Amino acid sequence: MSDKIPMRDGYGKALLELCETDDRVMVLDADVAKSTRTVWIRDKYPEKFLDMGISEQDMVGTASGMALAGMIPFCSTYGVFLAGRAWDQIRTTVCYNHLNVKLAGAHAGISVGPDGATHQALEDVAIMRVLPGMTVIVPCDAEETRKATLAMAAKEGPCFVRFGREAVPCVTNESTPFEIGRANVMREGTDAVIFANGAMVYEALQAAKALETEGINLMVVNLHTVKPLDVAAVIDAAKKTGCAVTAEEHQMAGGMGSAVAECLAVNAPVPLEMVAVADSFGESGQPRELMDKYGLNAETIIEKVKKVLKRKIS
Amino acid sequence: MNTQELISMSRTVRHDILTMIHEAKSGHPGGSLSATELMTVLYFGDILKVDPENPDWEGRDRFILSKGHVAPVLYSVLARKGFFPVKELHTLRRLGSCLQGHPHKGHTPGLDCSSGSLGQGLSIANGLALAFKLQKKENRVYCLMGDGELQEGQIWEAAMTAAQHRLDNLCAIVDYNHVQLDGTTESIKDLGDLGRKWQEFGWNVIDLNGHDVEEVLSAYHRAAEYKGAPTVLIAHTIKGKGVSFMENNCDWHGNAPDKEQLAQALKEIGGGDDE
Repeated sequence: MSDKIPMRDGYGKALLELCETDDRVMVLDADVAKSTRTVWIRDKYPEKFLDMGISEQDMVGTASGMALAGMIPFCSTYGVFLAGRAWDQIRTTVCYNHLNVKLAGAHAGISVGPDGATHQALEDVAIMRVLPGMTVIVPCDAEETRKATLAMAAKEGPCFVRFGREAVPCVTNESTPFEIGRANVMREGTDAVIFANGAMVYEALQAAKALETEGINLMVVNLHTVKPLDVAAVIDAAKKTGCAVTAEEHQMAGGMGSAVAECLAVNAPVPLEMVAVADSFGESGQPRELMDKYGLNAETIIEKVKKVLKRKIS
Repeated sequence: MNTQELISMSRTVRHDILTMIHEAKSGHPGGSLSATELMTVLYFGDILKVDPENPDWEGRDRFILSKGHVAPVLYSVLARKGFFPVKELHTLRRLGSCLQGHPHKGHTPGLDCSSGSLGQGLSIANGLALAFKLQKKENRVYCLMGDGELQEGQIWEAAMTAAQHRLDNLCAIVDYNHVQLDGTTESIKDLGDLGRKWQEFGWNVIDLNGHDVEEVLSAYHRAAEYKGAPTVLIAHTIKGKGVSFMENNCDWHGNAPDKEQLAQALKEIGGGDDE
């Protein structure tokens, strides 16, 4: 649990594996290959790498044409510019055609740090999960990012994965199961459930450990796939515990917490609290400072758990 | 088809366009009529290699309609080519029709890509052309764009991409009719010296009269022969071509003719194959 590796390393590693084994895979980048780790492909498999320059919309369109010709293109750039700038291309060309285009949004979340708000993707999950036929994955560490990338290649249709910039603790290993659309119970518990994804899975596990000493028994579910949501697992966990907290490095509106709220409101209404960015942009700062300032940490999760437990009892 | 047959087929296609838009009570006649010879020659002049009996044939050339709103001209040539029954044209824009208001892949036999949000087609065509080169395949790719659409920035991103990768298996076509929805391109956002723009972006440029089937045919052949760079055909056309009251009139960009207007329009075009 103590090792820290950037999730993007998992992306680069998976792409290397895919280039080795699958002729159809192509890797596209928009002039940030060093950041996204696609530079590893450029160096080892130059014939499988295409730097599209600073042209995200063109990158997504070009990838769409490649998918129409039977290839499996991976578009890689910062989440803000991929999901945001190329949204219409992703909607009308990739999703309306249901093309086999893979989208990787790097530098997701506020933990991007010093670059500030322009580069901190906090809306990408919302605007991707609203698209018909899109798969949306938010892995929790480098190993899970590797598995998610491999799983995306194997799954027909549009897929979006987002991952952060910073080195984050490894909470999964090679033998941890990963399946798109299948929630991963990281810890069993009965008092409340925390649905977390991305870097917040580690924070949720820390919160659960801390509350254990107070006699509070928390279930932690890694909801790495925001779409399609593992509805059965979400309902099951809510019914078992009677209250829930969601935790994600994203805007509160439209993200994984919203997906959980939509699911539970219809199927199993229980008291719910959300840990996320509350309708604001980020700013420059050190990653840890920002996570703390915007309440994306174990402390805030603990606070919300206590609040939701009170609501459950009353 | 020989020249006379191509001219005759163009008349039939115009007839289809006007009739189907009239019946649908909405649609885009202006740009469909300006692109009629470009599309007719592409599909019937032995340029685009396709097989109506086998729409998904791997060896087929690909056509991307970047200006998706002129779907009627594409639907007409696909039907006349035999991809689906001509009578389907009467269902344009209706609930459950295989002919959506803008092209939708999977709905229409012979149609390779959904489109309708302007400015995106050339990137898609590039991706196909790049893939065919990587796969060492001979398939060619064609992409029809409107002139108003060139106001979208993505077109110029794509123009650079095609030149960067020397996509000589790609032929882009600009339907240069000078009229967009709100008025003339000159009055809204002037395209300037279009030929020079494409040239400076690294393309082989061919200027032509987009209503002269022999010129169109020859331009397609010259594009296919050109090696080392992508080719763009700048086709000088007339919006609403063939119908006096529609020509050069932006009010007919996206407007359906009523019964009397249709009768007048069909009379002016002549010929036609009423089904």
